[in-house]
Amino acid sequence: MVDVSIVPVEDVEVTTDTDVATPWVCIVWNDPVNLMSYVTYVFMTYFGFSRAKAEQFMLEVHRDGRSAVASGSRDQMERDVTAMHSYGLWATVSRET
Amino acid sequence: MGLLDPPGFRRNRLGQVWLHLTDHERALLSGLLDQMAVLLAPPERVVPLDPLAELIGIDEAATRPEDPALARLFPDAYSDPEEADAFRRFTQADLRSGKLASLTLVATSLQHKMPTRLNEDEQRAWLGVLNDLRLTLGTRLEMSEDSEPDLADLAEDDPIRVQHLIYDWLTYHQDRLITAMSRGLR
Repeated sequence: MVDVSIVPVEDVEVTTDTDVATPWVCIVWNDPVNLMSYVTYVFMTYFGFSRAKAEQFMLEVHRDGRSAVASGSRDQMERDVTAMHSYGLWATVSRET
Repeated sequence: MGLLDPPGFRRNRLGQVWLHLTDHERALLSGLLDQMAVLLAPPERVVPLDPLAELIGIDEAATRPEDPALARLFPDAYSDPEEADAFRRFTQADLRSGKLASLTLVATSLQHKMPTRLNEDEQRAWLGVLNDLRLTLGTRLEMSEDSEPDLADLAEDDPIRVQHLIYDWLTYHQDRLITAMSRGLR
């Protein structure tokens, strides 16, 4: 008798990101329209950052033209970028360099 | 909130957010919302969408909009154009319907007797719509951080001057709404 189970196999971790050493990042780009207070507000509400941390990232975007505000799996970064777009922030997904 | 308070968004001591606009401001905003609805309307298609794809929010024909204002509202998610377009097919339809839903909420609350109390959904919708209007107008006016617009030479009724004034007025209101909404965070 062959041991066949129709019960779904559990505890199998499917990992799509094989190269864990270089995660994906969500980059927010500077633009001349979005208010600094608005960008801070978005970082606080969406990412759950403290005001201090949100302002630090906001200033980095403003000063350097861009900031990697989150990192992780490609799926998660695509979700984050989609959320940034829904807030009207200009963001892209890329491989961390 | 009394009638003598300056127009705009305000958070009262109970943490409620109220909006008070003059009739003139409501008429101006109402016109801007109508234009936004036209801008955001899905493009007409020669070939109808696959109904199943449409149901789950996939738009096979989505590409980078040629209009710079629309390209700003629906930005590329990847620097590689092909990857960006592939991503759009799965996200742009949802992004568009979210923006249209916010427009509807804002247009409805604009019809209320002023001052009107805004629930959290309405606050978020107002915040998004004011931002989209500023992004659109800012793109049309080619705003940049390096140059302050010089309006001194423009006539009182010059359309560019008028658009700059509307842009500043939207900025004023958005800033007050952010202040009102941020007080609940910290």
